[in-house]
Amino acid sequence: MSEKVPIGEKVLMKGNEAIGEAAVQAGCMGYFGYPITPQNELTAYMSKRMVEEGRTFIQSESEIAAINMCFGAATVGQRCMTSSSSPGISLKQEGVSYMASAELPVFYVNVNRGGPGLGNISPAQSDYFQATRGGGHGDYRVIAFGPSNLQELYDYTMLGFDLADKYRNPAMILADGILGQMMEPVTLKPYSPIPDLPSKQPWRLGDPSTSEPLLVTSLILQVSGMEERNYRLFEKYEKIAENETRWDEYKTDDAEIVIVSYGTAARISRNVIDRAREEEGIKVGLFRPITIWPYPTQPLRALAERVKSFLVVEMSLGQMWEDVRLAVEGRAPVHLHGRTAGGIPEEDEVIEQLKQALEYKGDAYLRNF
Amino acid sequence: MEQVFAKPEAMKEDKTLYCPGCGHGTTHRLVAELVDEFGIRDRTIGIAPVGCSVFADLYWNFDVVSAAHGRAPAVATGMSRTNPDCFVISYQGDGDLAAIGTAEMVHAANRGENFVTIFVNNAIYGMTGGQMAPTTLIGQPSTTCQLGRDPSIAGYPIRVCELLQTLGGVAYLARTAVDSPKHVIQTKKHMKKAFQLALDKRGYTLVEVLSPCPTNWGMQPMDAMKWLRENMLPYYQLGVFRDVTEECEGGN
Repeated sequence: MSEKVPIGEKVLMKGNEAIGEAAVQAGCMGYFGYPITPQNELTAYMSKRMVEEGRTFIQSESEIAAINMCFGAATVGQRCMTSSSSPGISLKQEGVSYMASAELPVFYVNVNRGGPGLGNISPAQSDYFQATRGGGHGDYRVIAFGPSNLQELYDYTMLGFDLADKYRNPAMILADGILGQMMEPVTLKPYSPIPDLPSKQPWRLGDPSTSEPLLVTSLILQVSGMEERNYRLFEKYEKIAENETRWDEYKTDDAEIVIVSYGTAARISRNVIDRAREEEGIKVGLFRPITIWPYPTQPLRALAERVKSFLVVEMSLGQMWEDVRLAVEGRAPVHLHGRTAGGIPEEDEVIEQLKQALEYKGDAYLRNF
Repeated sequence: MEQVFAKPEAMKEDKTLYCPGCGHGTTHRLVAELVDEFGIRDRTIGIAPVGCSVFADLYWNFDVVSAAHGRAPAVATGMSRTNPDCFVISYQGDGDLAAIGTAEMVHAANRGENFVTIFVNNAIYGMTGGQMAPTTLIGQPSTTCQLGRDPSIAGYPIRVCELLQTLGGVAYLARTAVDSPKHVIQTKKHMKKAFQLALDKRGYTLVEVLSPCPTNWGMQPMDAMKWLRENMLPYYQLGVFRDVTEECEGGN
């Protein structure tokens, strides 16, 4: 541990740096990254801290190379990570798919920017589908956190490494340009692994203590063999959904309408709830998914039994809204307030949308665009 | 009675399923012999590329990973950097190394990564059915250049050793062939040098092996050997192109 890092204390730092320090503390042995805004501070931070710790840092030739370096590090049993922003995360999907199939742990971070295409460098949540549906080709899922503040970035980075190892599956954080760039106090908690981390010895390659030659592959030409693997993966995903679904609720006890929101959008929504209650007398609460996959479908469904309607507030055009509708299954109307391409929901506009949603009598749903 | 020849311990019992006259079987065996000779089987990891040798794990009796197409040098980098005790062999074909994986190959070489690359150049895509490779010769037909490779459409065959020669991180570059006993013996000699330099952490090492592909060239095995000698050897000159331990001139 670097003497300069005051572990246990609360320090003011950037979101990108909080992720980096959490990774170092969690025992990340290999960081592989390629420059892209707005996550550059993370790569820069790791270029110093990983080298200080005598661990591997490589500025790769591409995002594709970075994720494949992770593939290599994972096969020899080392904790590893990569990070990028939206266009770069698209490039990494090849490797993520291979790692999910080969059941290799990796932790990665998407500091989401506006898209599609090169888009812009402003904060967005428009990679939600990519994060929550696997992202690359084939039938698979990745564990995806949608933190709302810098402490959560720090905490869920550590947990992300642990869960990736526990389930031998990729795990990621979907942040956005605001979370990556903003400064906020973070308590640098010492790393404490989850209790049930399995040993990597049975499957790690190049280990002289393993007697039989091992094979790591995602290629199974026989349909029956590949289908069997995928069924096994899906049993694992069901176990992850059962054990690792996380969410938070705020003032939902007496709520008539509930805002569903995550990440930076949820932070804004939380202010909206306090103001709408105080200024408008609206009984509104917040349901905040912390894991966006697995999605907190069951608790949201339970809420749908007793509230009149929902308003999804997201920095994308109805991506999470689809998951809310899947959870609610017609029990209540699900309205949408979506901003895109770096647009950030303003408190006033969300309050206005809330008021309209409460009065809305149509059969379908209300949206702001 | 003294036993003078046996299957290397680093080869499994199974017979290879490569086509008659294919060079992969010979090249696999040379790799396996060297793994035995260096006594490193328990810490060796072979990387099987996408292509005919994707099933190298069926034949090599050590740990094997199948990498994404072209990404073997990045995978090998991740392995050998985070666990320097591993000995990593990146076994790649011409499409894998010199087309889709060009960036990974060049940058791993330039960083001087300490693993061995065995580059099997048979001037064609094998497993997908005989498409044009980056190393397909001018005029050579393939399923995607049926009238023969035309440089005005498809550019020129890439000479990988010459391409890598200028890079600072490269410790050893040699081009060799498996068309004759003499060349097979030379191939093993070059590979041995590469293994030694990689074990000594001297930097990137690559041995390019010119290899016949009778099936996709549409030839009998013996004709393929002859075609390799008459067509590939004049364009892809054999020799050592770089050796950090001594002065050398390419193509000699």
